Amino acid sequence: MSKEWPLWEVFIRGQHGLSHRHVGSLHAPDAEMAIKNARDVYTRRNEGQSIWVVEARHITASSPSEKGPLYEPSESKVYRHPTFFDIPDDVGAM
Amino acid sequence: MYAQMVKSTGKGVKSRDEMSPEEAAFQDRIDADIKIEPKDWMPDGYRKTLIRQIGQHAHSEIVGQLPEGNWITRAPTLERKAILLAKVQDEAGHGLYLYCAAETLGVSRDDLTEQLLDGRMKYSSIFNYPTLNWADIGAVGWLVDGAAIMNQVPLQRTSYGPYSRAMIRICKEESFHQRQGYDIMMKMAQGTEAQRRMAQDALNRFWYPSLMMFGPSDKDSVHSAQSLAWKIKIDTNDELRQKFVDQTVPQAEYLGLTIPDDNLAWNEEKGGHDFSEPDWSEFFDVVKGNGPCNKDRLDARNKAWEDGAWVREGLLAHAEKRAARKTAAE
Repeated sequence: MSKEWPLWEVFIRGQHGLSHRHVGSLHAPDAEMAIKNARDVYTRRNEGQSIWVVEARHITASSPSEKGPLYEPSESKVYRHPTFFDIPDDVGAM
Repeated sequence: MYAQMVKSTGKGVKSRDEMSPEEAAFQDRIDADIKIEPKDWMPDGYRKTLIRQIGQHAHSEIVGQLPEGNWITRAPTLERKAILLAKVQDEAGHGLYLYCAAETLGVSRDDLTEQLLDGRMKYSSIFNYPTLNWADIGAVGWLVDGAAIMNQVPLQRTSYGPYSRAMIRICKEESFHQRQGYDIMMKMAQGTEAQRRMAQDALNRFWYPSLMMFGPSDKDSVHSAQSLAWKIKIDTNDELRQKFVDQTVPQAEYLGLTIPDDNLAWNEEKGGHDFSEPDWSEFFDVVKGNGPCNKDRLDARNKAWEDGAWVREGLLAHAEKRAARKTAAE
């Protein structure tokens, strides 16, 4: 056989209400089988409550060369973090 | 170690002056412990060496299912059978994580599989030894998985992101494997005289092949020097072997079993054990294909690949047919 099953990326939502998180990938002929395989491979130890699969070719990723333009602007904006502001202890928790 | 004697560029490590600006920037990132990700620029040699190493590692996980699978139908209790099944299933998963990591470097899964099946790529020499009695399953978990963990724990810090992430996942699951092996050994060593003899026999046969897993000394190897510089490899083979021996000796003592080496002794000065080297001519012979089970292992993998072809083709044809029907209905 020359044709390989497509590659799927697998996202799992764990037990504590967090978002789905990328855990890995696998090959499967279709979405239904991808979910079944993901269950077998990535949730053998109660890691998941919910599975998303998406064919890898549908994912658009940012390119490493764009790192500067994409992320540098936020480096100088320290005021976006709460610790930037000094609140006197007397004010209490904020 | 599941990857032995992985060839790198063979040219030795380039000095700073010999590096192109791209190569120097790449080495800077590695030196600063910044992970390399699939879309980043990387030297061709780095890519090729990683494919060889991760591929060999993945093949080892898959072929490693065979000696253990041998005992699933013969496990002494239903509980032992369920545990062994879970372990062998884990190995399949470990193979899959690693194949996926290799695929991010631009090689296809089928290509890697075919290279294993026709002998172009290797798997660890350890899996060419037979599992003759139930205690062997204990010895495999205790020693073989123990040696694998010794190698894989530092590899969690390897420079290539997808490989590192696969290693982190594998290490989490691997300690179950070693503990289940030791648990079998404890049961056997504390059992009847016949069981104790089986446990000792398993240790006798698996001790030196386990030491071989780390590969021959590589302190003068140009391949290893390059892999160390690229942080594809973290420790030398001798360092890992020493650590393995030092860790295992007290575990054998607890079991009341004897490590089959008359030269084994604590060396206060170096803070480690002195021990006999395995027979490296046997190792090279096994790697060449002349071990007790090389032929069986490759035959079994080829048979599985060929027998499964109709399933792979059938499921793909079904998926395509359904997709076409869905498009037609829209």
